[in-house]
Amino acid sequence: MSAWPDKGKDDCVERLRDGVSGHLRRAGAARRRNLRNGLLFCSPALLGLAVFTLYPVLASLYYSFCNYPMLKPPVWVGLANYKTLFRDPVFYTSLFNTAYYAIFATPLGIVTAFLLALLLNQKVKGMALFRTMFFVPSIVPMVAASVLWLWLLNPQYGWINVVLHALHLPELKWLADPDQAKPALILMSTWGVGGWMLIYLAGLQDVPKELHEAAEIDGAGPVARAWHVTVPFMSPHLFFTLVMGFIGAAQYFTQAYVMTNGQGGPVDSTRFFSLYLFQNAFQYWKMGYACAMAWILFIVILGFTLLLFKTSARYVYYGGE
Amino acid sequence: MAESREKARQHSVSAGVLLGPAPRRTKKPVRFLSRRLVAAVTYFWLIVLGTAFTLPFFWLVSTSFKPPERIQRWPPDILPRLSVHLTQNLPNPADNGRRVVIVDRLPGERFRIRPLDAGYRGRRVVHIENLRATEQTRPGLALYNYTRGLVFIPFFQQLRNTLVICVACVIGTMLSCSLVAYGLAKIDWRGRNVVLMIILSTMMLPFQVTMVPLFAVFSRFGWVDTFLPLTVPAFFGNAFYIFLLRQFFLTIPQELEDAAIIDGAGHWSVYARIVLPLSKPALSAFGVIAFLGSWNSFIWPLIVINRPSMKTLPIGLQSLQGFYGDGNWAVLMAGAVIASLPVLTIFLLAQRQFIEGITLTGLKA
Repeated sequence: MSAWPDKGKDDCVERLRDGVSGHLRRAGAARRRNLRNGLLFCSPALLGLAVFTLYPVLASLYYSFCNYPMLKPPVWVGLANYKTLFRDPVFYTSLFNTAYYAIFATPLGIVTAFLLALLLNQKVKGMALFRTMFFVPSIVPMVAASVLWLWLLNPQYGWINVVLHALHLPELKWLADPDQAKPALILMSTWGVGGWMLIYLAGLQDVPKELHEAAEIDGAGPVARAWHVTVPFMSPHLFFTLVMGFIGAAQYFTQAYVMTNGQGGPVDSTRFFSLYLFQNAFQYWKMGYACAMAWILFIVILGFTLLLFKTSARYVYYGGE
Repeated sequence: MAESREKARQHSVSAGVLLGPAPRRTKKPVRFLSRRLVAAVTYFWLIVLGTAFTLPFFWLVSTSFKPPERIQRWPPDILPRLSVHLTQNLPNPADNGRRVVIVDRLPGERFRIRPLDAGYRGRRVVHIENLRATEQTRPGLALYNYTRGLVFIPFFQQLRNTLVICVACVIGTMLSCSLVAYGLAKIDWRGRNVVLMIILSTMMLPFQVTMVPLFAVFSRFGWVDTFLPLTVPAFFGNAFYIFLLRQFFLTIPQELEDAAIIDGAGHWSVYARIVLPLSKPALSAFGVIAFLGSWNSFIWPLIVINRPSMKTLPIGLQSLQGFYGDGNWAVLMAGAVIASLPVLTIFLLAQRQFIEGITLTGLKA
């Protein structure tokens, strides 16, 4: 308790006694005290920033110009890591895989979550139960979900193929086929859109009912109303999930690691950027190379996020007031 | 806006009295029908899609209770069934030819059996060679899947590890973040906006950038294969929760603190006695999300923990998957059930906090 600065009672009493002149004299002291208090309260984050962010960021940048096999100290090699990287075909494969996943999984997730939110926003009985049904898959731990989907996508005995068979559709090889592995992972990701659905559902409560009624009187059908009234009002939510989804997709790792046992097979089709980075760092012990990859990832994420924010004024509508 | 339309409606009603029934009235039965149609279509899609979203769960639980020999079958058993075997080549000839249900599979091709014949007095553990799925089955649960994985992976130890780490992370995150958020929201000091901007900018940084140097540092500390790399950083704040808590603290009326300060309270007492108690809903909502995030964390424990007894459940489950590969799905599903149960339990107990937390934080799906 004593370690914490106390702006105590006596301070107030003094302030009253000294009157206005004393108050002004004390303003500087109060400012200094506030600065000290503020820094003290923020000290965990300031320390954390220095130790767990600033130092690692600088070290990572340094390592990216080094040959660093972990057990030996890093040796400066200049741009060699970046040069090797840009000639590494697996680097381009991993980049392509990640872009493929981000381009398909994120919009598909957003559309699915949005349609589900519209559906779950209808006023019918028993909706709480249905909302739970759609939401719960999103909180299943990622590894558990990956193991489950590995079984569901099993080409011989998995239930997805059982359902396809029952519907007289061709059965697929899923994760056993290089062309179908990424679509399989994308399909799996749509199972976990419950979190986004919940965000949209919360946002849908704020769409003004008057506008819907006005549009209805003007003869707009349900689809036209959803497109011209709901979507513009939801655009901040949609934009937020787009940014988060993109950042998440760029770092897609856990599912790919679990479902391919850290290999990224078949034929590198699920060797995503983060997986290849991890392999370089902790399987091949090429730490410098991995750091160079990490910086490229950072720059891509930063660039794309800034691009999204810069252009957002054109398609995001933040209220009419 | 609503008022004006209310007026317009009244106006049209009064006009209707004068000019005969308004056109709206003739539309009413049509709207009623279409509302029922909308409800029917809604239920149709809710049930179809709800089934699609729920079936994987059903399949997860169902598979986790199936005996291994009944898993790779076409068409699959919907509910778990146990195979019925005829015991043969047993030491006591009287035991031979009895119908038994296999209730547990023990190491070395031995099986714990339950006889279907009440008068049977033979052994309860038998050796069966070349076990094949037989056509005769009966409903029953192969509970042994839940203990089978333990032969290779100390599952319950790992469950305990994960719980300890998650609780430590939640306490650390909420404690440090609320302190920092208080400093940023409630104390007016020069440079706080700069600090806030720096903290927010770290949210853009992918973990992959800091991962390698952090590992190097922690291994120099000798912290590899301990819980410290997984828990200590949580006590130094997290940009995301700092920002969210700061936003929440800004909504707490200043008058309360002013009153407390006039009564002689310092910032520490304002924080501990006023702001924290008032933020219980926010802290519990964010705490639940922090728990979920910590439970899900994969790449960092994968890097810093190697010893099986120190692993977290997700890593243990992954190594079980790596061990079995395409093999024993029942044991893997049992592991997945164990890994999901704590989170699902918390969801059932704290649904409101969960939903608030997710809508506030925008949890990544």
